[in-house]
Amino acid sequence: MPTNGAPTKITQGSQTRGGVGESTLRPDGTLKVTGEFAYSSDMWHEDMLWGQILRSTVAHAEIVSIDTSEALALPGVYAVMTYDDLPTEVRNYGLEIQDTPVLAHGRVRHHGEPVAIVAADHPETARRAAAKIKVDYRELPVVTDEASATAADAILLHDNRDDHHAGHVPHPNVVHRQPIVRGDAAAASRRADVVVKGEYTFGMQDQAFLGPESGLAVPEEDGGVHLYIATQWLHSDLRQMAPVLGLPEDKVRMTLAGVGGAFGGREDLSMQIHACLLALRTGKPVKIVYNRFESFFGHVHRHPAKLYYEHGATRDGKLTHMKCRIVLDGGAYASASPAVVGNAASLSVGPYVVEDVDIEAIALYTNNPPCGAMRGFGAVQACFAYEAQMDKVAEELGMDPVEFRRLNAMEQGTLLPTGQRVDSPAPVAELLRRVKAMPLPPERQWESSEGADVRQLPGGLSNTTHGEGVVRGIGYAVGIKNVGFSEGFDDYSTARVRMEVIGGEPVATVHTAMAEVGQGGVTVHAQIARTELGVSQVTIHPADTQVGSAGSTSASRQTYVTGGAVKNACELVREKVLEVGRRKFGSYHPAWATAELLLEGGKVVTDAGEVLGDLVDVLEGEAVEIEAEWRHRPTEPFDLRTGQGNGHVQYSFAAHRAVVEVDTELGLVKVVELACAQDVGKALNPLSVVGQIQGGTTQGLGVAVMEEIVVDPKTAKVRNPSFTDYLIPTILDTPTIPVDVLELADDHAPYGLRGIGEAPTLSSTPAVLAAIRSATGLELNRTPVRPEHLTGSA
Amino acid sequence: MRVNFTVNGRPQEADDVWEGESLLYVLRERLGLPGSKNACEQGECGSCTVRLDGVPVCSCLVAAGQAEGREVVTVEGLADYAKQRSCGDSGSCGTTPDEAGSRQAEGTDSQTGEGGELSPVQQAFIDAGAVQCGFCTPGLLVAADEMLERNPSPSDADIREALSGNLCRCTGYEKIMDAVRLAAARQSEGV
Repeated sequence: MPTNGAPTKITQGSQTRGGVGESTLRPDGTLKVTGEFAYSSDMWHEDMLWGQILRSTVAHAEIVSIDTSEALALPGVYAVMTYDDLPTEVRNYGLEIQDTPVLAHGRVRHHGEPVAIVAADHPETARRAAAKIKVDYRELPVVTDEASATAADAILLHDNRDDHHAGHVPHPNVVHRQPIVRGDAAAASRRADVVVKGEYTFGMQDQAFLGPESGLAVPEEDGGVHLYIATQWLHSDLRQMAPVLGLPEDKVRMTLAGVGGAFGGREDLSMQIHACLLALRTGKPVKIVYNRFESFFGHVHRHPAKLYYEHGATRDGKLTHMKCRIVLDGGAYASASPAVVGNAASLSVGPYVVEDVDIEAIALYTNNPPCGAMRGFGAVQACFAYEAQMDKVAEELGMDPVEFRRLNAMEQGTLLPTGQRVDSPAPVAELLRRVKAMPLPPERQWESSEGADVRQLPGGLSNTTHGEGVVRGIGYAVGIKNVGFSEGFDDYSTARVRMEVIGGEPVATVHTAMAEVGQGGVTVHAQIARTELGVSQVTIHPADTQVGSAGSTSASRQTYVTGGAVKNACELVREKVLEVGRRKFGSYHPAWATAELLLEGGKVVTDAGEVLGDLVDVLEGEAVEIEAEWRHRPTEPFDLRTGQGNGHVQYSFAAHRAVVEVDTELGLVKVVELACAQDVGKALNPLSVVGQIQGGTTQGLGVAVMEEIVVDPKTAKVRNPSFTDYLIPTILDTPTIPVDVLELADDHAPYGLRGIGEAPTLSSTPAVLAAIRSATGLELNRTPVRPEHLTGSA
Repeated sequence: MRVNFTVNGRPQEADDVWEGESLLYVLRERLGLPGSKNACEQGECGSCTVRLDGVPVCSCLVAAGQAEGREVVTVEGLADYAKQRSCGDSGSCGTTPDEAGSRQAEGTDSQTGEGGELSPVQQAFIDAGAVQCGFCTPGLLVAADEMLERNPSPSDADIREALSGNLCRCTGYEKIMDAVRLAAARQSEGV
């Protein structure tokens, strides 16, 4: 096994400064701190119009009529469009299933569905015009949960389904169903000395990225359109947009504008098609910027879930079997639901060895808000439930919860319920050991010589306690997340790398379509180019569709896959550069022909360190440029009946320890510390790695104690679409987050790296819940925990 | 209506302003200063924080007309504002308001995040890794700079209290804490 921290698979021994493994600073850092970085909502064009979307005020209704005449008559209004104005017969889009109408056609299926769009010369004029559109709704009954959605006489969200999941689902209101069966759970349960059953509820979480959905569509002279947009995947947007716009893909040009966070919420289209439609209709540039209220309706959320689990164990602490049923609410449209189902099912056992399992995961169609991708993607909900189960089983056995987990922890070589063997390090027990070994924060840390510092206490500046009624609890959790797109998806990326002399210096240019959403991919690409090409000057070309697809900035995959593509393209460029060198200078030194040559410090050197020439001379008058696709190992679909298949590319593991203090009288929680240990394979940029872990940890904290989109079960309407009522952690709610980074290389991955972005979002939530349970003795089977759950008034 | 006010030391005039427009909208859409951000437009997130006559405010909650005749500092003017403040303390050096208003990140190496003339708190945010997507950054910088002006050696609890009106979704705030501590330390060392 590779040793801790050893860099692996650096294909040349480059010592160039600013390369892989260093905490180089963001190339966009200066622009971001001076306010000059151009986000999608900062786009501006002379003569531009503002677009506005009219959204449904009810969750489920027939549209009897739409009257746009008053809106059109308003001075300053240039266009009003409804379904009837769409340019082609293709009027739906979707990531996997094209079930989402660009504009509602005769029926709305969820609160906030787009019904009409307006372009005007001022955003307020556009808003007022949208308000003047008269829509006559005839309301329909809503389905909001499994019972109502799968009743025999349930109203169907989508009639006459012909998608590729329609044939194997038990009810047309089930988007997808994935069972996984391995061993004989029923027989194994008879060996169990203890059996623990639990029912869990996971609330609807919002990505709550800060940069609102926005972009600028500029009509072009050739009849096409150029969209400047914040997204996670330019080419996926393009593939969905072009057919609806009635344009060939080469007439829809896409440039990535600055992206203010994503977390899965920009995987689906939002205002892309609407802005382009209005620009093409009016012949003028059109900008659309959601406000926060609209943003809550304008993107999918994390699936809320009901999870039913049964675990058994022998008295000596070995798990015998696991049965579970995971019901995810996908809302009105499919979005990423099928893939979320696959993840939830295949990762439902967690990072543990359980040979006999009986698993089922489904996603529902309901009239609730559509749900899709969010950081953790199906694995988050499962982790919340199986980690609660682990604590309960340990308690039944009278064992220490961490020791019980370590006893059952998977490791390299473990066979997963899908039949896939884990063939790279899986240091689950080691991560638990490390996170437990970290020093604990002092007890009663709020006490000082001047009395209690209320800022350190539950309730904080509200001054609700000076320590009375406050009890501490500690909880642990660990999780497993897949990296990359799974189930046989062709998950490739593309990079174009150019090397040339500019201003007397060798310069590398890296061009990809990767969406930089804040994660720091641009930083890492420059590091890879420096390491592989031995230059210090690297230019990162803006991301656009003039280069091949980079795939999505999601699934913790971009450093692995587009990083891999950049590395691969750099290696090809390096070979080409050496060819040029051999052609030009081969006759001057025999080593050109014989030795293994490297590029270091702007020079061509032998592996013994002898300098053969300067890159400036080699590249004089010649630029070398290569664009190439790169793929990781292929995956397979899961069998629809048994769930067997090598479905995933790589796994990522993190463990958390939460320390909380709870004011048991008022039900207020202060998370005092949230420590994390994570294996990252190889930290390409240690500073960014820690930043990802701390950020992911905090989103997990949010859904443990604060964040939930509240949907009225009677009307399926969203009750809290604002930052006033949907609370994300502030700096006061967030504790210190010490991080222990382990680097056990995955030999299949570039540099041995492991995708890291999502794993910390999994175990954070159940660790906080476990700590609150330990403080209060309450069962707490739902997240987020609200004060009334702690005071017994709920 | 027409609105006249000073932005980053330079007199500005905005014409044809609709009465309902916010100071944030006028800065972003009429004056070409989109550095102040529009994450919520309802005073909850702090991404639009500017100084209005020295006081940090959510510019989305200030009607443009309320800024009439007043002085506004945005993230675009933060470096010069901080420089003038430190010059003012030592009683020497002269940046004219004109220079202050027109400051751009000239000479900045956009590939390395190094170079250019930044305020201590801006540089510390880069150095500490406090910037990810960066959408919260301008508001946090204005708020953090104002706190360090009032309280040059803040405790951790002071920093958290002062920045509690600024939401960040990417970082988990740890690197932001590091950045503010770093800026305070550098400031006290006179770096």
